[in-house]
Amino acid sequence: MNVLLDHFPEFRDGFIGTVSITAVSSVIALVLGIVIAGFRVSPVPPLRFFGTAWVTLLRNTPLTLLFLVFFFVVPEILFPGMSPFVLASLALGFYTSSFVCEAVRSGISTVPLGQAEAARSLGMSFSQTLRLIVLPQATRTVLPPLSSIFIALTKNSAIAGAFSVTELFGWQTLMSEQGYAIAPVFLWVAIAYLVITFAISGLFRLLERTMEVAR
Amino acid sequence: MSASVLFDAPGPKARVRNRIYAVVGTLLILGLLAVSVVRLNDKGHLAPEMWDIFNYSGIRQNIADALLATLKAFGLAAVGSLVLGVVLAVARLSDHKPVRWVATGFIEVFRSLPLLITIYAVWVAFLTDYSMWALALGLSIYNGCVQAEVLRAGVNAVPRGQREAAYALGMSKTQVMTTVLLPQAIRAMLPTIISQLVVTLKDTSLGYMILYPELLYSAQLIASNTLVNGQYPYVSVIVVFGVIYIALCLALSALATWIEKRGRRARTGSAKGPADTPDSTKN
Repeated sequence: MNVLLDHFPEFRDGFIGTVSITAVSSVIALVLGIVIAGFRVSPVPPLRFFGTAWVTLLRNTPLTLLFLVFFFVVPEILFPGMSPFVLASLALGFYTSSFVCEAVRSGISTVPLGQAEAARSLGMSFSQTLRLIVLPQATRTVLPPLSSIFIALTKNSAIAGAFSVTELFGWQTLMSEQGYAIAPVFLWVAIAYLVITFAISGLFRLLERTMEVAR
Repeated sequence: MSASVLFDAPGPKARVRNRIYAVVGTLLILGLLAVSVVRLNDKGHLAPEMWDIFNYSGIRQNIADALLATLKAFGLAAVGSLVLGVVLAVARLSDHKPVRWVATGFIEVFRSLPLLITIYAVWVAFLTDYSMWALALGLSIYNGCVQAEVLRAGVNAVPRGQREAAYALGMSKTQVMTTVLLPQAIRAMLPTIISQLVVTLKDTSLGYMILYPELLYSAQLIASNTLVNGQYPYVSVIVVFGVIYIALCLALSALATWIEKRGRRARTGSAKGPADTPDSTKN
């Protein structure tokens, strides 16, 4: 208990850090993932190939290595002096985008064939079919896997703490370096993560309920 | 390309349009790659000297040692997580309420915590001087919980008749679990179990945080200790180690796909048996 009371400001900053890096990289992952999923189902072979390469590369690379890439290689390509928060969010977002892409793609394949055929027979183009007919229906089936992907993202955000981003893992290491017993520190960090992950799964349950339709 | 739901076999106009998209897309992607390569080259990251470091026997030895260390931690974690997974799955399916509760609580807590937090806590609390065991234990706890859920799903997916038949033969609860349910569950879930092992393999890189000298740790060490042309060779080191990781993971995934294909063939082969029973009962 002392650990929390004595270092509440740091704990609060860590909590806010975890929440904000999760939020920012979720948005990056969602946007990128949907775009790449669009590439992977598109009628243009080079784009399909690019999508497949993207997913294969990112899914088989440890996230920690990706963090190294974003902290040591990307600043050299773009421009130096990006903040650790931005770099960590990008690394997390890119990594998770490959999982989002696969979830969206499998969601697309659950939409009945007739839907896209009907859209095409109305004269809709590929992007119209995808945007207006298929993706809205795929969204409903994609929500449950997306929820677990974002929970995984929250947990993965702990790695950012080792790359000097203020978040909960950083608080854990800081406290244990200051000589506090690890058990209470672990307990408070655990509770904080449980709060965040429960909030995410609650949010998704709410979304599922509002988007529910009789089929 | 008629396999896709989303588009027909393209007509002449669509073919022209697709070709334009293809060319533009390829150019864009190649352009991005070219810009990256040029910018990296400008800063001297692609100079031959940067790649020469891998010709030194010391660095090669480092990489080999690190690979061995990664595989060691992975092997321990794989065995540990599978054993723990079986134990937890069986405990969750137990008839005794307290056992079930303890197992469920354990799984829920450690599954929803970041692996890094668990590994770090294990390291600081028990195994500060044994980072390999801390890493292996942390990985085993987390992945054991995941594997337990996979196995539980597998056991629940075994047809009810199997269990009933086994009980009807007079088998004990333990016998039913170990000789009838678990083997079928493990076989059905093998592809998922191996995919989780791929995740475990990737997660050994968290050993970096607790100073276990595995691949990523030595990558960082090599890159930050070798000064070439006044620069640290992060780019070349990351490329080399990235290739090693991707190769390891792809090999494991290929194993999963192969087993899945074999399993599918086996299942269709054995399906003949049950398929003719309804006919025989009709007569």
